[in-house]
Amino acid sequence: MTGYDTIVIGAGHNGLVCATYLAKTGQRVLLLEAADTVGGLAADREFHPGFHAPVAHTLSHFSSKVARDLDLQRHGFNPGSSELPLVGVGNGEPVVVHDGKISGVSAKDQRAYLDYHGLLCRFAAVLEPFWLKTMPRIGSNSIGEVMTFAKLGLDLRRLGKKDMGEFLRIAALPMRDLVDEHFDNEQLKAMLCWDGLIGSKMAPRSPNSAVLALLYRLSGEMHGGHAIPSGGVSSLVSSLMASAENAGVDIRVSSEVSRIRIDSDKERQRATGVHLANGESFAADRVVSAIDAQRTFVNLVGVEHLDIGFTNRIRRIRSDGYVGKLHLALNALPEFRGVDRPDGRIIITPNMDAIEFAFDDAKYGNASAEPVMEVVIPSAADSSLAPDRQHVLSAHVMYIPYKARDGWTGAARDEVRDRAIDTIVKYSNGLRDQIVASEFLTPADIEATYHVSGGHWHHGDFAMDQMLMMRPTYEAAQYNSPIAGLHLCSAACHPGGDLTGLAGHNAAKELLR
Amino acid sequence: MSRYDAIVIGAGHNGLTNAAYLAKAGLNVVVVEKNEYIGGAAVTRELHEGWHYSNCSYVCSMMRQALHRDLDLGRHGLILVPYLGTVNFGNGNDRLIAYHDADAWSNELKRHSTHDADAMHRLEADLTRYSQLIRKTLLRTPPEPTSMRPRDIREFLYLAQQFWKLGEREIYEYIRFFTMSAADFLDDYFENDLVKAAMASPGIIGTALGVYSPGSAYILLHHVMGDVDGSIGAWGLARGGMGAISKALASACQEYGGEIRTNAGVQKIVVNGGKTTGVVLENGDELSARIVVSNLDARRTFTNIMEKDDLPDGIYEKAKNFKIRGSSGKVNIALSGIPTFTHLPENRYINRGGQTFSGSMETMERAYDCWKHGRWSGDPFIESVIPSAWDPTVAPPGKHWMSNFIQYCPPELADGPWTPEKRDAFGQTVVDKIERYSPGFKDLIVHMEVRTPHDIENEIGLTEGNIFQGELTIDQLFFNRPFPGYGQYRMPVKNLYMCGSSTHPGGGVSSACGANAAREILIDLKRPNTVPEDDFYDE
Amino acid sequence: MSDLSQTDPFSGERPKLSPFHPRLEVLNVRDTWSVWNGYKFADCYYDAEYEYFCIRNTCGTYDICPMQKYEISGPDAEAMVNRMVTRDVRKLGRNRVAYTVWCTDEGRIIDDGTVFKLASDRFMVVCGSSCVAWLRKASYGFSNVTVKDVSDELAALSLQGPTSCAVLKKMGLQGIENAKPFNIQHFPYHGDTLMVSRTGFTGELGYELWVKRDLALTMWDDVYAAGEDYGIQPYGETATDMARLEAGFIMPYVDFTEALKTVHFEHDQTPYELNLGWLVDLDKPHFSGKQALMEEKKNGPKWRLLRLEIDGNWPAYESNVYDSESCNQDIGYVTSAMWSPAVKSNIALAMVRSEFLDGEIWAEIYKSKDLRPYRRMSKCTIRKKPFWTAARARSTPPADF
Repeated sequence: MTGYDTIVIGAGHNGLVCATYLAKTGQRVLLLEAADTVGGLAADREFHPGFHAPVAHTLSHFSSKVARDLDLQRHGFNPGSSELPLVGVGNGEPVVVHDGKISGVSAKDQRAYLDYHGLLCRFAAVLEPFWLKTMPRIGSNSIGEVMTFAKLGLDLRRLGKKDMGEFLRIAALPMRDLVDEHFDNEQLKAMLCWDGLIGSKMAPRSPNSAVLALLYRLSGEMHGGHAIPSGGVSSLVSSLMASAENAGVDIRVSSEVSRIRIDSDKERQRATGVHLANGESFAADRVVSAIDAQRTFVNLVGVEHLDIGFTNRIRRIRSDGYVGKLHLALNALPEFRGVDRPDGRIIITPNMDAIEFAFDDAKYGNASAEPVMEVVIPSAADSSLAPDRQHVLSAHVMYIPYKARDGWTGAARDEVRDRAIDTIVKYSNGLRDQIVASEFLTPADIEATYHVSGGHWHHGDFAMDQMLMMRPTYEAAQYNSPIAGLHLCSAACHPGGDLTGLAGHNAAKELLR
Repeated sequence: MSRYDAIVIGAGHNGLTNAAYLAKAGLNVVVVEKNEYIGGAAVTRELHEGWHYSNCSYVCSMMRQALHRDLDLGRHGLILVPYLGTVNFGNGNDRLIAYHDADAWSNELKRHSTHDADAMHRLEADLTRYSQLIRKTLLRTPPEPTSMRPRDIREFLYLAQQFWKLGEREIYEYIRFFTMSAADFLDDYFENDLVKAAMASPGIIGTALGVYSPGSAYILLHHVMGDVDGSIGAWGLARGGMGAISKALASACQEYGGEIRTNAGVQKIVVNGGKTTGVVLENGDELSARIVVSNLDARRTFTNIMEKDDLPDGIYEKAKNFKIRGSSGKVNIALSGIPTFTHLPENRYINRGGQTFSGSMETMERAYDCWKHGRWSGDPFIESVIPSAWDPTVAPPGKHWMSNFIQYCPPELADGPWTPEKRDAFGQTVVDKIERYSPGFKDLIVHMEVRTPHDIENEIGLTEGNIFQGELTIDQLFFNRPFPGYGQYRMPVKNLYMCGSSTHPGGGVSSACGANAAREILIDLKRPNTVPEDDFYDE
Repeated sequence: MSDLSQTDPFSGERPKLSPFHPRLEVLNVRDTWSVWNGYKFADCYYDAEYEYFCIRNTCGTYDICPMQKYEISGPDAEAMVNRMVTRDVRKLGRNRVAYTVWCTDEGRIIDDGTVFKLASDRFMVVCGSSCVAWLRKASYGFSNVTVKDVSDELAALSLQGPTSCAVLKKMGLQGIENAKPFNIQHFPYHGDTLMVSRTGFTGELGYELWVKRDLALTMWDDVYAAGEDYGIQPYGETATDMARLEAGFIMPYVDFTEALKTVHFEHDQTPYELNLGWLVDLDKPHFSGKQALMEEKKNGPKWRLLRLEIDGNWPAYESNVYDSESCNQDIGYVTSAMWSPAVKSNIALAMVRSEFLDGEIWAEIYKSKDLRPYRRMSKCTIRKKPFWTAARARSTPPADF
């Protein structure tokens, strides 16, 4: 057995970020990854020879602080590429939002969009410091922690009476009501819903959480814009890996952890290392889990080390994924009706009802009969992702339930894939003939491939009852756990999912306190 | 021109409560009502000879007992009779009978799942805990979050203290409960679908949400936090129908010197220089008053009987955006005898309670899906009760009347406007479903009244027939009700107040909105407060 | 799921009947019934005081069919049970029984009950009210464990009193006299097995008999035939309550509330508060509530359940207790109280705030004389030991009477 200061389980981006921060302070850090490459859902995936696409296909609010602290630019990360247009495709003329401008809608909606975006960005700015903070545990009487909330209250109040009141109202609105209040154009409304909903079990009419998810995504310097860095999203992973190695992190891939070692003394149980599936063991002063909470506690710690109520709170985290992933290898750049160049995020849905009805299928365990999706051609931004003059189409398809009513089979998966392709073909005439190869990942496939419970992007729905100091549950919301020396740094923790690096950053900060 | 201290628009139960308290404080009050009868949605009407329908609201549990006592409604003729258990009809022959007796209820649950029988104890304790907390807010004015006034800060501290007393774990459970869907919330308790469906059904009544929609767990609580004589979750019938509540309130109001004018619809609230000075009636009469109190919903108040120009910027739009969605229908049926239900014992106690035709969680959710598509479900959720089994005053001896509340009924149909034929077809769907559980039911029907959202609106003025005068979602609850900045009953025009269910604490025949509004008015008029602040808490 | 009977329209809401009911019905001369866990259950059969003295003087039987019984089996059964309860069941020998409690994460008692170790991978948990939902939660995460509710499959009869061993011997249960307290013995019985545990809730010599439901009446008849000459008598809830209070045993919903059914914050109790610290094994591997209980042990419980002997002869039913005769400070409340026939003393259990344990304790007692209420302040004395114990309850082999 070799001794480390810290073992980080899971080399997803949050694991890489956390490990690097710790190593930079001189800790001996071991980062273990079950797959044969690092990066998790952001890792490069060659789904057909020469064709590459990670599950997470764009970057939006990756923390600039993390990028700076870890010197990612020097390690090859170049986020500086321009913002992708957001394109809404449906029944009528496409609507395009790009660099704060909007086309394809009435002048009234154009003005309304500026107000809407401005208002949400103001709210997002107030919340932004929160995403970089450890949430206080209610009941601990530290003044500093109570002040975290007092400060949010004051910041909100500083927006003015009207905005503050409005914030307290819209924070719980369903996306549908929010956009209905501002816009007339159905296409615009539908595409603006998207960023509030994606990844969670929510539809436009679902109250209470979507606006908060949207505000989370509007934080950061891109203000909700998305981009594909040069070299693709996986360049973020490679730069994180380079930064980690540079800091001295010992990274081992193909090293699946089977058990976290727990020792007990008179006072507490303590995590003292890990056992690997291959029989190896490593000892460390502490273990940090960058994987989801259910796997961490139920599979790796074992319920016998945990209280029953706590275990139940972990069990009931809603973390069934509802997003499927379609990858197409294409022999040419596809064309979308009415779209000049398919270099944006193309939201395929005619209106909010289409999203709602697609969701209605999924809530009973059926894949949407008429799926809605976000399509990106990453190879249009970075030609290295596909062979010369060929292209990759990457699509997030909603809603594909993790638990299919009749179970997932190969045939069921193919059917859903075909349905998704049929939907795209409606807007992209020649596409069918351009397809060289295809791949569809259901949430069940994502779970199996990437070791995330439920195949859920965010390790748990981004819902009001699973946020802030309730993420993943109140006893483990400060990047710690009931087991001494066992910490969490994944999207299962505050502030949640997406490629942000924030959970990894916050956890490292907490560990180094 | 008549001159009053206060004009209350709308003789619904909150308007009458408000007027009663203002009159009690010595004000010269008039309540103006557009219909020839009072009561709004708390009404009893003889729509078929010998049958007296409570044709809108039909049961009562939220009436604040402090107000009931304080206004001496018992002496004014009101008696609320709790009714015994409800039968929940599942799909097929599955039945879950909510026996009143705790042991019988537990055995009945065990028949479905021993696990759920055990879990029900925890749910009951949890709902009691949640109810006790929320009930403390019902007769209090919500604090304004943007305000630094000592009163608002004090009120926030009071609430924080109540919240704190739950203990750490329950604070989080409470937040969960407040924001989750009824389905997700109940998943932590139960395994049996019919048990879940039975417990989830209060979460959809009156709302444009489904059992799977986040926020429906709170609506569930809104329906179970009421009580009859301290037994939380129990429901009662008013002897003489729901109109008996309005009658008693009217009688109290008149005894204090308040005046009630029927056939007196308001055409317009008069505003001069940013202040209201009275109302103009539809018949052209002008009434002037120091203050005007609207018991109409927020949408109707600001968009129907006020001029956009009389309102500060943005209020008209807020009222337009106020969510007051039609989602419910009502079918009132006169019966020549008591219906019997298959696979139910001929037990005279359980046949007299309520009947809930919920089917399953999925049946209820699919009914909601239909509403979203602008049609009614062929397999709707129906909550029924046969008040005549308890109340000898509402139907001739041996005859019965059955109230059926249907979730969901869309206000607008996808295939064109409502017509009398479509309304009949909707009623037929409901009757067909009941017939499935009660063969021969149709033969008992003597008379039937079918009401769609706009029928309710046209008759009693509730926008889209929304029973709560506005959805009970977080964006429209507590200090957000009806809009941010106006949660304390004072409206954007000076001397104008609201006292209906569009204000805190929202829908239900509770009289709390009317009483709370009266309290704020009396504070503004610098009169001694005569409105009780505390209900009787079971602590 | 059986459909509701068409012959009795009220069958769905009548209490269920114990497998012993045909005999109980005949013996319940006073027709005094209440309901326990959905079962019709006797408060007393003939005379509560007589039945109490049978427990102390001859022997009596108590129908414990309504008790909830769960069989937990499989390779992970021991780990699962051990993680749920506060005692270390690994130390429990095969065919031994342990009284224990199980707690929430916060260390508050969900229920008390007994754990029967039937084999290294088979346990039976017996408790007073349903525990299915908690067992479901407690077994989540263990891959090799089965929890089965056998409450309605097993009939159980408690036989308590000085002559109880003699009765069982007469019944032909050879070697029963060698059973030590908390031992389990199995006897072949009509092609099946009769399980006898030396357990009870009376502080007396006593046994509990467990048999398949369809052998219930056969066993009853055998027990009563054997007990004929030993003063056997069925006893009900009232006599049980007297006996258990003298022995210092606590009763759910009387002396403590079950944590999961408690409405108000910390109105439930911890083992330390109930003087059950001896059930909490902080040296065993992790169990639910351990961390919270370690904290509590360090800081001391906020309340203590005291055994009180109270001046005078007025039972302190539902009394509040104070620090002085002048009621200066309310310091707690009585949970159970009675006049003890065995020790001729006015006894009670009371919850008292820990900070007042060293001072005086006074109970405020009301008593009605011909409907007119009188109030009295009575001084209380703390008793460290159970009010009443019988040496025979612990001796092996026990005497025949």
